[in-house]
Amino acid sequence: MPENPAGTLPSPSASTPPNKLNIKPPRRGVPGTVYRGREGMWSWVLHRITGVAIYFFLLVHILDTSVVRISPQAYNSVISEYKTPLMGLGELALVIAITYHAFNGLRIIAIDFWSGGAKHQRLLFIIVIVLWVIVIAGFAPRQIANIILEAQGHASV
Amino acid sequence: MSTETIPTPRSSFQSPRKRRVNWEKWGWLYMRISGLFLVVLIFGHLFVNLVAGAGVREIDFAFIAGKYATPFWVVWDTLMLWLALIHGANGMRTIVNDYAHRPVLRKTLLIAILTSTVVLLILGTLVIYTFDPCPANAAAGTLPTFCPAR
Repeated sequence: MPENPAGTLPSPSASTPPNKLNIKPPRRGVPGTVYRGREGMWSWVLHRITGVAIYFFLLVHILDTSVVRISPQAYNSVISEYKTPLMGLGELALVIAITYHAFNGLRIIAIDFWSGGAKHQRLLFIIVIVLWVIVIAGFAPRQIANIILEAQGHASV
Repeated sequence: MSTETIPTPRSSFQSPRKRRVNWEKWGWLYMRISGLFLVVLIFGHLFVNLVAGAGVREIDFAFIAGKYATPFWVVWDTLMLWLALIHGANGMRTIVNDYAHRPVLRKTLLIAILTSTVVLLILGTLVIYTFDPCPANAAAGTLPTFCPAR
């Protein structure tokens, strides 16, 4: 456990530390940190939620893929579950979660290793959201088309 | 005249104990380095399995056998398995440390994460490297076209 979490300051009433990077303080919450309130905090909350969701899918996904070692019939039976409409929507949700987690992860790396990262964290968050929407706008129609084609019983090859 | 040595003011406190490895620092760094690789590995995986061709509809045993006929996807999946599961387990460890305050509960959850990670890493690696594209117990029509039984 870290002794001093990144978001901790002595108290809001204490004088604001010198802000050389000129990070705009949040309108509400604690000044002088990007981790409380507004984009800084909500990007972190979403990163945690998507991370936990992806983790539990990963556990299941390793197990279902391992069925490939039992027999071709067993694997084909398990993977056919992934082709149902409900699981198709689940895959869409998974890709939505992964895409956010990936782009926001790159934003975190930029904040930690690029000298201008902390100063521009808010702009970086907007870029994350824009790229996220673009990727999902590209993927969602493709996935929904596949769900419909599968439900109608079209051959896949 | 005595020569008394006065320590430099404000010099950092030196612990008498031997310096230990800063595991938290390496864990922090691991999340960022593995994250960079995972962006490429997982987006590539999602594109090939969910977007290209007929997407999820064309995944079956023969599809996997076709991928694992080349060492490229064997290495890809091995990297993805190890980097992603350790990345996820370390993230879950951070979350358990943040929210599980009771020591017994925290310890139990951490052991569960470690155990499941070790078991799944061994299982996944064995599956990738003992994979048989033409098993004897296969039903007709499930095998890839390059199998002699086909």
